[in-house]
Amino acid sequence: MDLKLREDIPIFQQITETIESGILEGLYQVDDRVPSSNEFAKYYQINPATAAKGINQLVEQEILFKKRGIGMFVGNNARTIILSKRKDRFYTDYIIPLQNEAMKLGITSEELSKLIQKGDVHEN
Amino acid sequence: MKIETKNLSKNFGDKKALNHINLTIEPNKIIGLLGRNGAGKTTLLQLLAGHFKPSEGEILINGENPFNRSHVLEKVCLISEANNFKRKLKIREILKMISRFYPNWSQPTAERLLKIFNLAPSLNAKGLSKGMESALSIIIGLSSRTDITIFDEPYIGMDAYARYRFYAILLEEYEAYPRTIIISTHLIDEVSNLFEDVVLMHDGSILLHESAEEMKNKSLQISGSLEKVTAFSEGKNVIYTTQIMGQKTVFIYGEKAIEEQQAKAMGLSVERCSIQELMVHLTNSQEEGLYV
Repeated sequence: MDLKLREDIPIFQQITETIESGILEGLYQVDDRVPSSNEFAKYYQINPATAAKGINQLVEQEILFKKRGIGMFVGNNARTIILSKRKDRFYTDYIIPLQNEAMKLGITSEELSKLIQKGDVHEN
Repeated sequence: MKIETKNLSKNFGDKKALNHINLTIEPNKIIGLLGRNGAGKTTLLQLLAGHFKPSEGEILINGENPFNRSHVLEKVCLISEANNFKRKLKIREILKMISRFYPNWSQPTAERLLKIFNLAPSLNAKGLSKGMESALSIIIGLSSRTDITIFDEPYIGMDAYARYRFYAILLEEYEAYPRTIIISTHLIDEVSNLFEDVVLMHDGSILLHESAEEMKNKSLQISGSLEKVTAFSEGKNVIYTTQIMGQKTVFIYGEKAIEEQQAKAMGLSVERCSIQELMVHLTNSQEEGLYV
């Protein structure tokens, strides 16, 4: 989880990603309460409307649900929804920058896939 | 309370401080009022606080002109940089006097903030250091709980610690008691994440009025090889250019997100600009020729 703000993507998006990562990492389980927009505003020192925008997006995507007057909670299918969202973005967020850097360094695509497999071995 | 200006102008002798301004500010937002020295920010804020009449046009707070209307002015608190306490009064007495102007005054807030900023109520206001004087002004602004609370460069002489305390307390107060808060400042980087909207002024006019997020979204900072960046930025609204070692960086404003994908596809590095960078370069672009 990233607890510091970055300059390259909108702040509300960083709030959604922080909550999503918290759910993927198991910090928040189904029906757990996540921090409120005011709590995020206070932590990051940002406008509460910005934090609310991030949280509302997760409500729209049914990752969170709202209990009026109590707070925001993790939805039943949160994990599945986040995973499919993240997989969709994996190519643009990770593969393309990886290929760009490899190209700059003169690493061929065969070498690149070997390197990726090498990573696999380390994992196992 | 809604703030509206219609064709608002203010002249001081020959100088046009405000030039036909049309601006609408919706209630209960934190607004950053930005611009270079002499842009007209303070004049606008003083008109809002009813310090003088417009030369032309009007300024309305919930449909009413604030000048000489105490039932409007008791809902507006302007804390300005020149807010000096010259009279020989103790802090306690000053707060008591001021609290009578503002029906929503929160004495518990005032007392809590005095402790946080280390100001003893028995201190004489005349002998305060610059930083302490600013802290006292800020305490007044936050405790007033006016529907429109304005901070015009409020923290001259305050150290970084005290300023960060101010931002944190401002946020707490805003959450506890939502109201319109206008902050005019030159220390933009420190505080820009608190803004919901930004109003950028230049030469007595409104250059832009936009949500802080939209403003950042419309900005791109593109870097890469001289040729590629030049090709990419052709025909776009470039507000700043710099180059070194065959590499070029341009700041572009007003483009759609699709440009970002294009730039990335060309292998260019893409970032967004900070509000402070945008303020600097947007208010400079008119005179770009002078600086190249």
